[in-house]
Parts: sequence; structure tokens; C-alpha cells
Amino acid sequence: MTQPSVKQVWEWLETIPDPEIPVITLVDLGIIRNVEFHGETCVVSVTPTYSGCPATSMINMDIETKLRDCGLDKIELKQQLAPAWTTDWMSDKARAALEKYGIAPPQPAGGPQRCPHCGGNHLEKLSQFGSTPCKAQWRCQDCLEPFEYFKCI
Amino acid sequence: MAVDKDKLLQFLLRQGDNTLILGHRVSEWCGHSPILEEDIALANTALDLIGQTQMWLGYAAEVQGEGKSADDLAFLRDAWDFRNVLLTELPNGDFGQTLLRQFLFDAFQSVLMGRLMKSSDETVAAIAAKASKEVAYHVERSADTVVGLGDGTEESHNRMQAALEYLWPYVGEMFESDDIDAAMAEAGIAPDPAGLREEYDALVGKVLTEATLDIPAAKYAHKGGRTGYMHTEHLGHLLATMQWLQRAYPGCEW
Repeated sequence: MTQPSVKQVWEWLETIPDPEIPVITLVDLGIIRNVEFHGETCVVSVTPTYSGCPATSMINMDIETKLRDCGLDKIELKQQLAPAWTTDWMSDKARAALEKYGIAPPQPAGGPQRCPHCGGNHLEKLSQFGSTPCKAQWRCQDCLEPFEYFKCI
Repeated sequence: MAVDKDKLLQFLLRQGDNTLILGHRVSEWCGHSPILEEDIALANTALDLIGQTQMWLGYAAEVQGEGKSADDLAFLRDAWDFRNVLLTELPNGDFGQTLLRQFLFDAFQSVLMGRLMKSSDETVAAIAAKASKEVAYHVERSADTVVGLGDGTEESHNRMQAALEYLWPYVGEMFESDDIDAAMAEAGIAPDPAGLREEYDALVGKVLTEATLDIPAAKYAHKGGRTGYMHTEHLGHLLATMQWLQRAYPGCEW
């Protein structure tokens, strides 16, 4: 095949869901930092969300599988540590998708803005940590439902 | 300026071994915590620490230049090769003792990572910038729990005071300095740990006062971990559990 454009590769990457929160894509999450060709090799730079996030190896495998399916065979995945990932890089589309999915999106104030279920704003923190490194557990005192909050880092 | 490679390696092992050994200790709580939320929180903390270990030991292996990986360093060294401070290898004790140990370490990391973010070594600075975000969450939670338990019931207060008496003599080692620290400071890679004590004491003193706990007056500090001179008897037992799979089945992979 002829070498695809960098823009084309970004479009392919845009379709890969996050393995743990499948309503957002890896591009939405802001962890794919760069795509470029070194000769015939497609080099994708990925930054981890949390240093010990067990999804990291799954994410790398998903990227490689996707690009192979699209016809690329020389692929290099680079881990990029700096600048460290921040939830500021998450797209507005991703924030809306998270809320619809029942996860309160990250807020600079450090806590959820409203309950993703009922929209209530009487909220209490249950724990700073949740089912994945990137989330905390909260509860809505209006509808009494627990929910997860995507931590702001 | 160029820094002595062996000294940089020792510095990186000290960072990576601290997070590795404490990460393993904290992971021992998985499935045993008093309530589910705490179990998840401890497991997540352990996960962050192991993640930071991968970065520190990964860089250590690169600097060492013998073709080893972070895994090789974690699983194929013996107790005398480890450079973690003794505090991190001490047994978990009860939940309060675990969280107090965590707080004493988190407070140190929160001060140190802030400085390392300005390291002249780009990789050290990048790892510290990543780790500092996680450390900020850790210290907030461990400090809250120390206050909750210290200023809690008579039983929880007494246990926390006993834990502090046990752990405090291990705090001093974090601020020891030797020729390795001097070389790092000279090259602008890391601060001299002795210079971090004042900031640490202010942070820890504030939280322990709020927790109604009394800092022991004795100044004696156990040491020997970060230099590798002598670890406690607990490290060998920890390594036996942590390393047995790679020792029994060399090169085994998932």
C-alpha cells in the first residue's frame, strides 16, 4: 500500500475505544501525543494516564492491532512521559460522553459538578479511589445513587 | 556536567526500591482491608507505587547499561542489593500502622518530587512530574486517615500513638546524606535530602498535631537501608514472597 497520511492515521486512531471506558476513544482521552513517519515506520507516542494503569499494555496492543488491520506493518509505539498527562487534554466530546455513561467528568475544582444520574448537586465523597486509578467514588444525596468521578489531574 | 554513572544508578535504585518495596507491602492488604472502599484505595495506591517503580527501575536499568529490564532489577536482586529506606519494608501491622507509615512516606515524597521536577536530568524530571500528581492524592488520603484515626476513639488513638512510637525512629533515614547525594546535588539532579527536613517536619507536625498524636522525643534513627549496609530481617521475607515465581520459574511470563 502507499503510505497513508498522518491525518489518516489519526482518523484510524480516533476509532479505538478506551479498554476500560469504551464510550470514549484514546484520542478523546488525550493520551496519544504524536503520530509521525520515520521512513516507512509509523511512530505513535502514547503517554500513560496513571503510571501503574494496567490498561496501558492493552492500549498499546489495541493501537497496534488497529493499525495493522488498516494495512500498516511497520509500527513503533513510544512511551512519552513528559509533559505528564492531564485531564485538561480530554475533549469536550469525551466529557459529555462520560457524563452520559454515568461517570462525572473531571472538574478543576477537584470534585464533580453534579450527579451524572439526576443532575443533583448535593454530593459526598465516599473514597478518593475507585474501580480504576483514574476514578474516585462519590454519592448523590438527592437520588442516593453512588457514582464514579473521573479525577482531575 | 557529567555525573558518575554508578552514583546515578544508586540514586535511581533508591527511588525505585522505595516505591517497589512499599508498593508490595501495601498490596498485601488486597482483599483484607476493613471495608471495600479502603481495600480499593490501598490497591490503587500500591498500583501507583509499582507504576512509579517501573519508571525508576526502567531508567536505572538503562543507566546501568547491562541490557537488564526493570523486572530483572525487581525480581532478581537479593536483599543486600536493595536500596530502599527501612521504613518501607516494615511490616504492615494494623490498618492504622499501615496508613501512618504511608503518610510518613507520602509526606517525604511530596516534598522530594516537587524538587525532582526541576532536576537537571530530563528523565528524572519527567518521572517526578508524573509521580507528583499521584503522590498529591496519596498524601491527602493518608493524612486524612491519620487524623481520623488519631483523633478518633480511645482505641484508635492509642493504636496510632503506638504505631508512631514504632515508626518514628525510621523517619530519620530518609534525610541521611552521603557521597551519592552530594554528587546528585552537585550535578543538579536531586536535592540533598538533609535540606528537606524542615519542610517535612512542618507538614508532618501539622497533621500529627491535628491527629492529637505526640511525636516521640528520642532522636535516634535506624538506618542502613538506603546504603544497603543492613536491612531489617523483614526484607528477606518480603522478597521471598515477591520474587518466588521468577526464582522458581526463571523467565516466566504471563
